Parts: sequence; C-alpha cells; structure tokens
Amino acid sequence: MTGTRGFRGAARAVVVALSLAGATALAQAPDLPAAPKGAPQDSGALRVQVQGTLTDAQKNDPKLEDETKAVATELRCPVCQGLSIQDSPSELSQQMRTVVKEQLASGKSQREVKDYFISKYGEWILLEPQPHGFNLFIYALPAALVLGGAGLIVLLVRRWTTAGATSSTGPDDNE
Amino acid sequence: MNWKRSGIAVATLIPVIGLFAWGLTRDPNNIPSPLPGRAAPAFALSVFAPGQGELHRPVGDTMRLADLKGKVVVVNFWASWCLACRDEHALLSMLAQEYVGKPVQFMGVLYNDVPDKGRAWIAEMGGQSYPSVDDPGARVAIDYGLYGVPETFFLDVNGRVAYKHTGPVTPDVVHQKLDSLIAAGALQSALEVSKPGAAATDVKPAEGR
Repeated sequence: MTGTRGFRGAARAVVVALSLAGATALAQAPDLPAAPKGAPQDSGALRVQVQGTLTDAQKNDPKLEDETKAVATELRCPVCQGLSIQDSPSELSQQMRTVVKEQLASGKSQREVKDYFISKYGEWILLEPQPHGFNLFIYALPAALVLGGAGLIVLLVRRWTTAGATSSTGPDDNE
Repeated sequence: MNWKRSGIAVATLIPVIGLFAWGLTRDPNNIPSPLPGRAAPAFALSVFAPGQGELHRPVGDTMRLADLKGKVVVVNFWASWCLACRDEHALLSMLAQEYVGKPVQFMGVLYNDVPDKGRAWIAEMGGQSYPSVDDPGARVAIDYGLYGVPETFFLDVNGRVAYKHTGPVTPDVVHQKLDSLIAAGALQSALEVSKPGAAATDVKPAEGR
C-alpha cells in the first residue's frame, strides 16, 4: 500500500505539472460573468444551486475552508487522471470546489455534499471506494494476501527445517 | 506430482488471464452516469445565441426545464474550444430543423466558455438552428454530472433523463432516441386523454428505453 502511495504521489506531481503547463498554454480561463440566475423554480426536480451565494464572511471563514478542503480531497476531478478536485488546477475542479463550499455554507453536512456528487457522477467521483458490498473485497484483499503469504512462509520454513533435520542427505522436495 | 502442480498453476492462471482479457475490452473512460431514469436537474439559463427561423429564441430569454414539460428535450453541452463539437455541430443543427413541428426542443449549453466566443464560433460554423444558453460557473454542467464536451442528454416528456450520449452524436443515435421518446410521449398523452388518472402508471414501462 505504501508503495502504491509513493507511486501515486509521483504520478500526481507529474500530472499537476503537465496540467499546469496545459492550463497556461491554453490560457483558457474566461472570466465568467456573475449572471443573475433564477433560483430553483421547479417542483419535483433536483435543485439548482443559486449563483454566488457565499458572503464575504463565509469566503474567509477558515473552518468552512477546512471543511471544503476535506471534502474536495475526497472527490475525483472528472477531467484529470487520479487527481482530487482539491489538487487539480482545472477549471471544472475549481467550479466544483465552489459548489462544495457553497453547499457546506448552506448547512449541508460533508456527507450530504459527497452524496450530491455521487448522485451526479456515481460512486466513481470518490477517490477511495466506499467500504460496502463488493468494495469490501478491495479492502480485504491486501490483508488476506499478507496473512496468506505469512502463513505460506511459516509453513514452508517449517517444512524445510524439519526436512533438513531428519534427512541431511535429501535436501528437499519429497512431496 | 508435477502434473498435479501444473494443473493447479493452469487452473489459477486461466481465470486471471480471462479477467485481464475482459478488462482489455472495456474502456476505462466510459463511466456510466447515474442520471438516466431520474428526474433531470432543473435549470433556468439565459439565451446568448438565438437560433434561427422557427427555433428562434430572443437573446436574454430564460430557458427553463419546467417550461419544456411535454416536449422531448435534447440538451447539448458544447464549447468553442472543443474540437469534437465541430464534428457534430452541422448534424445537430440540421436535425433540429428536421424535427421542427414535433414536440422536441433542441438546446445548446455553453460550457466553460464566454458567450462572445460562443457566438463567434457559431458564426464561423455557419449558424446554429437552435438556441444556446450560457451556464456561468458550470453549475448546470456539474448538476448534470458532466465530464467534458460534447455530451448530449435526451430528456423525455416528463422531464426525466432518458439517455446520455458522450462524444459527438451520430444521426442514428439522435433519430432512434428522439423517435422512441416522441412515440412514448404521444402514447402517454393518448392514454391520458382516454383514461386520466391511470395513465401515468400505465405508460411507465413503455417510456423511452
């Protein structure tokens, strides 16, 4: 697991560098006008976020910032490879971070904000799969392999040592 | 004994190789959207490119999903910086005209772009028959779980997402989805006329899939 994490870190650094280069090369950052947009008007359908709901106090609130960061590091950037929206400089990630912050500011819990993104993008949007159902297999597999490997080593070492002790002439493989 | 061992080795390897082989046939970029079958996220977006002829909507008009009930809606997310959008533009523009007179609304949603660039692009591409709206901050795009552009959503007459198409659309896809959704809508309204009340539950299985 640690090996993968190290690799992931390196890959992440490369991706960040590449996407930064890409972002500057494209210079594709239009200033989006804060257009007056209608509040939710529909009945059964899902809600539309109201544009620019953050007050100045909320924008500078360190607690809200921390919570946003906590959620954003768990959400996958849809246009990157293996980056969270917290780490990604892409425009969509920035916009998604804004949505996270606004929803948190509106009183939603971290869980509810994550559920919102899951309802839009599927569980894929979470960088770490949730530990339920078939996903448990992924969590259990490394432990099972380590335990199985340790058991195998113990078994083999025991067999070799006893084989060596009883007959010094025939070294191994008397299966 | 060696036969037994190689037997075990083969029996272990074959499923693993089979799993990898199956994995190779799958596209990792193809992530299923959870939206089809659910109510389409509501929107109220302002028109920046009016469209032409009968599909004309004045610039500044607000297009709302709620106002489009009873129509099949084709929501196409696009951007002027998107290359694949060029491939489908002429086709979508033509198809929108082909479906004039039918209960269908084509609309473009500009994604992470500025309206001026969008308008210039439309002019460069020789016009767009249907109106396009701006989506500041990509709020609606995120609400629709957008990965990139172009992506096209087909909404049924009840405002539910029936189908999501990633990448440039093809004539077959549009015809097939639209025709079946229009037919389902017509069937539903026919049933509603004949026996109101029971209609909604009766129609469900026939809807758009």
